[in-house]
Order: sequence, then structure tokens, then C-alpha cells
Amino acid sequence: MKRLVIGVTALNAIDSPGPGVAVIRALRDCHSFMVRIIGLSYEALEPGVFMHDLVDKTYQIPYPSAGTDALLTRLTYIHEAEKLDLIIPNFDAELFNFIKLRDKLLQMGIHTFLPDINQFEARDKMKLAAFGKKHGLCIPKENYVHDLRELKQLEDELDYPIVVKGKFYDAIIAHSFDEVQKAFQKIQAKWGVPIILQEFIKGTEINIAALGDGEGHAISIIPMRKLFITDKGKAWAGVTIEDEQLTELAGKFVRITKWRGGCELEVMLTNDGKPYIMEINPRFPAWIYLTAAAGHNQPAALVKMAMGEPVEPFLDYEVGKMFIRYAWDLITDIKEFQKISGNGEL
Amino acid sequence: MNVKKNIATSEEGFLFNPATGDSFSTNAVGSEIILLLKKGRTTREIVDEMCSRYDVDRVLFERDLEEFMTILKEFGILE
Repeated sequence: MKRLVIGVTALNAIDSPGPGVAVIRALRDCHSFMVRIIGLSYEALEPGVFMHDLVDKTYQIPYPSAGTDALLTRLTYIHEAEKLDLIIPNFDAELFNFIKLRDKLLQMGIHTFLPDINQFEARDKMKLAAFGKKHGLCIPKENYVHDLRELKQLEDELDYPIVVKGKFYDAIIAHSFDEVQKAFQKIQAKWGVPIILQEFIKGTEINIAALGDGEGHAISIIPMRKLFITDKGKAWAGVTIEDEQLTELAGKFVRITKWRGGCELEVMLTNDGKPYIMEINPRFPAWIYLTAAAGHNQPAALVKMAMGEPVEPFLDYEVGKMFIRYAWDLITDIKEFQKISGNGEL
Repeated sequence: MNVKKNIATSEEGFLFNPATGDSFSTNAVGSEIILLLKKGRTTREIVDEMCSRYDVDRVLFERDLEEFMTILKEFGILE
């Protein structure tokens, strides 16, 4: 059986988890290939770093703000030691650098399966409204704000509640201008500007995990209804559902962008059945293991496509398959922490 | 009124709507009513059947059934 060395990022299996651990779990479930998993971490305390039954070895990599040169230097070092076949990046903020390095990585023998820059930017939060208008998709009204003076100018126009969002992560529902200002400052301090002010849409939260082949075909589409939502807005439990309208919506996105790789559509389904796209994430969601459990192993299919194998679109999946996330105290030794924080490897 | 075709039901009275992800639990009597609805019985037939099974006042049962059906419709179980 083929053995693949796969680098995976986003090992932060915390209360607002990255998808890395779920991706690895799905890969290890696939019987078509064996894997050696190389964790690529940013922080020494990312839980996945210490999950040795899932991650064989972890290397720290530079933050996205360090740029592509620093990342390439580090990946070259890791590749020399590990002979990577493939890297699956799973953080929004790092994708730009990995997309930029896509060709150089391939020259080194490291495959990826990522959208190109145009595809990536088409669904960017800042361009989502224009994207929706162009393609006839329902998107909430949005304003982009760069500083407090600009925010003040909008004061009379805002309707409440309103959603204040960061360009990468975080969303706060504000019920007054005072709350908008506080949310603006909080998110600005963490993620910078612009800040997005988005119309609040009431409805049922549905997320859709999709995998595109880069030619306009959706290999898999799995919609999931959030059953329990944390204070950070993350699904702590969810169930697969079957809704043709949602499947068509995700299929349309994959078709018009010719999306290559995994993505997640965050949808608010209003009581009158209108699916508003709140956000499109350019990578697998943290609940991606549910797709494998429901019969569509999206991460494994991505690996096959990245390695040049033809993959047929999945057909049926199990509706009513649930996930319930849980917290777990992983016990380790200070020596392990010392290795990853001191040497950058574990 | 009929139970929507896609609604999954169990004998224990658990209902799952695969289109929305909503799930509901009913008591034993509710479960029996849903089973009869799935068999295509009319409201009158359900009243007849349940009143023959149980010692219940017919007018009271009709009122309760109407209320139950309204709830089922509100939750998208009936079409």
C-alpha cells in the first residue's frame, strides 16, 4: 500500500478549533493509502502537537506575517528531513502564502490542492457582496470600516442588531452603536482592519462542506445543521441534513469559481427558506470528520486528487449522522513542551 | 393532512426532519397518532380508532388532536 507523508496545519483543537486534527483523523480512516502525518504548528501549545497517535512529528512554522520566504525556508528544512508528498494547509490566514508557493513546492515534489489566487479572492469577505450580486446569490448587506471616524459616519444608517466581523475571524452581534464601537475596537486589536458590519439575518445556521476538483465539479457536498453553538459561534454538535437547495447552492459556488480543494459555506436559512451566504471559508471546516463519518471522506479524496488520481464524485451520504464535540485533558510531560517550544520540533 | 415523506419516525415517537435537522419526541399516544397519519388515515378515522382503543371523551380527543396537528404543521412535519 502506498505510503504518503502529509504535512497538516491547524492543530489547535481548542474551543474554536482549527480543522487540522479532524483532517488527520479522516486521512487515517482511509484504507487506500498509509500516512505519516507531519504536523505544522504555529504555537507550542496546539493540542494536536501532543496527539502522537494522530501526528507522527511536528515542526513549528513561521507566522503568516513573516512572509513566503520565511515559510519556504522552513518548509525546505522540513522537506529535507521528511520528504513531504503533500501539504494540506487549513488556516484562512496562511492560505495566501501557500497559494503563492504552490509552484515552488511542486518543483520540490510537494503537492498541494489549493485554489488559485483569483478563486481564493472571489470569496473573500470583502468581496462576497459583489460576488453574490454578480451570481444571483443571497448575501447580507455589508459595510467595510477602516477607522472609528468612518464608523461614526455610519451611525445613523445602522440597523440593530448588527454583526461586527473581523477580516479573518471573530464575529460579535451588537445591539447599539456603543456595542458596535466596543466590538470594532476588540476585533481591530486582534485582526486589524477593515472591520465588516454585516446585516443580521435571523434563521437556522447551516454549514456546508464541499470539495471541488478545480474543473467546476463538486466531488462532495455535505450540509450540516448546527445543533449546539458555543459563545464563539462554533458548532459543538451538528447533524448531516439533506436539502436540494443547499446542495445546489454549494454546487453553484464550486461550478462558477472552479474551486480546487475544500471549502465551507456558512449559510443562514431564513424561516421563509432563503439561504443567505454569510461567509465562504477557503478550506475544510473543523467538523470535516463528519463528512468521512457520513460516507464522503473529503480529506482523503483531496489527497487522491492532489496526487493525480482521478476521483469520481461521491453520491449518497448518511443523513442524520451527528457529531458532538468534547473537551479532553491531554496529559503530557514538560519535556515534550520544552522540545516543541525550544527546538521547534517534536 | 399527511406526514411529509422524508420525515423519519421511530416506534418510540422520535421524529427527525432530514431537510432541516430538527428532531422531536412525542409521548406514546402522539407516536400512535403519527403512525396512523403515516398510514394515510383521515382525522375522523384517527378519532374513531383512538376512541375505540382508549377510554377517552370523543369531543376532548378531537380538540386535543386538532391542537396536536397544528403543532405538527408548525414544525413542518405535516404537508
